Amino acid sequence: MAQVQGHEALGELSRRFAGAIEEAGSLKDKPFLRLRQEALLPLCQAAKELGFDHLACLTAVDYPQHGYFEVIYNLYSYAARAHLVLKVRCPREAPLLPSVAGVWKAALFLEREAYDLMGIRFVGHPDLKRILLPEPWSGHPLRKDYDMAQEQFVSKGPQGEDLVSFDQTRGW
Amino acid sequence: MSYLPTNGERADEGQLIALNMGPQHPSTHGVLRLKLLLDGEIVRQVEPVIGQLHRGFEKLAELGRYPQFIMICNRADYVSTFAYEAAYVRAVEELLGLEPPPRAQFIRTICLELDRIQSHLLWLGTFGLDLGALNAFWYGFRERELLLGLFQELTGARLHHNYFRFGGVKLDLPQGFTERVQSACNELERKVDEYEEFLATSDTFLMRTKGVGVLTKGMAVDWGVTGPNARASGLDFDLRRDEPYFAYPGLSFAVPVRTEGDCYARFAVRLEEIRQSVRMVRQLLRELPEGPIIAQGWEKRAAHLLAKPEGEHYTRIEGPRGEIGIYLVGDGTPSPYRVKLRSPCFQHLAVMAELFRGQLLADLVAINGSFDLVMGCVDR
Repeated sequence: MAQVQGHEALGELSRRFAGAIEEAGSLKDKPFLRLRQEALLPLCQAAKELGFDHLACLTAVDYPQHGYFEVIYNLYSYAARAHLVLKVRCPREAPLLPSVAGVWKAALFLEREAYDLMGIRFVGHPDLKRILLPEPWSGHPLRKDYDMAQEQFVSKGPQGEDLVSFDQTRGW
Repeated sequence: MSYLPTNGERADEGQLIALNMGPQHPSTHGVLRLKLLLDGEIVRQVEPVIGQLHRGFEKLAELGRYPQFIMICNRADYVSTFAYEAAYVRAVEELLGLEPPPRAQFIRTICLELDRIQSHLLWLGTFGLDLGALNAFWYGFRERELLLGLFQELTGARLHHNYFRFGGVKLDLPQGFTERVQSACNELERKVDEYEEFLATSDTFLMRTKGVGVLTKGMAVDWGVTGPNARASGLDFDLRRDEPYFAYPGLSFAVPVRTEGDCYARFAVRLEEIRQSVRMVRQLLRELPEGPIIAQGWEKRAAHLLAKPEGEHYTRIEGPRGEIGIYLVGDGTPSPYRVKLRSPCFQHLAVMAELFRGQLLADLVAINGSFDLVMGCVDR
């Protein structure tokens, strides 16, 4: 498909996925679409075909008062010099989302980070594991209900693997 | 990878050797650990292990008030501290609808460009060191000291400035500062030619960098590579020119682009960027307007009470290493609801692991050096 200009691409996406778009608006100067989960992957693929080749930022925000996480994808098209923000919500009790790592390689690390710090599981990610914290760490620190009073201590096991303990004498 | 990450031990898979490089290896520029699987001298598999410098900045941001995070976020990338400050301050200002006065915009831009120069100088020094050019290290650090002295004079700190404020900057330029920056610019311009001469004419340097670690443009875009690394791969994009902010709209400068995508291209682009930054600083000093340095009502500690933005958005600036982005969610309280730091180095590390595969172990050091990673920026 030919690459089209930014606002045309937005119109095209809104038309093709009309049934899956729950909200449309703008965040300051950047247009945004909030979608149903099931439309995320096909819409991302279509967006990439329409020229949104740069996944600038992928992040998650916790809204415990509403019972969901919001995951935000900031896309940019180098050819059209246009932004597009995608948002998708997933319930806090089952934070599952399709992975977009197959669309943009940049998502490989970003999704691991969102999994590590916010606990969102990206289905279809080839290697979804923690990235900044040690693998056995308990909890996901950027969640609003993360218990910061409970300290965790890290040490190394005999095979060089990370060990995490709540006992201060067994790590640092 | 299913091998035991024990140093020097032979893994089960044929003749492959498992080797840990780092987290304290001098050429990893910080605390980066690379789990390597080597076939003789050829790297077959790489897994970067990061997080040793993870300080939880995004959580810390939620615990304090808006102005308190300025001095925290500049520690994310400890080599170019103004850049993160600028990104965060800009994000909050845009959400508040606050416009800093022109003089503040100019001072900020001068800081950012001098910061870019000193960051590139440090990179030049360490990159030279990685390839055995010890002189680059001494010279790079010598000229960087010149700029750090200027920063200290301006902000009171050599490295962690905490100088930008919502609506402006903390202090005005001290007396005689512009003249001293001018003479530093003259000095730097001469020195950059000198660096180019002794590195770009060295056969050893050329052999270690030309054609090594080629990153194609397609790969760069797909993996989210930005900044000088992407421009060395032929991506003609610079936020300072294409989405200008602060005092950049009025500046005339060239954006150096190379198409080779190898270590040498990344070196050449950064060297040219130093020259362009010097050019920008000169223009800024010439056109520096008079007037207030901070928006009215935002002086002193007012920001602690006034900064209560509501809404959310993504702001990005061109840092010395690439796109520094802030995704900021404000809920109308004096503390941010969520701050996401989009780090350029984090994305570069992801693609580097891909580039290392099939390379010589010695070239891994060259590629790693050419990407200008700062582990504080990766781990945040």
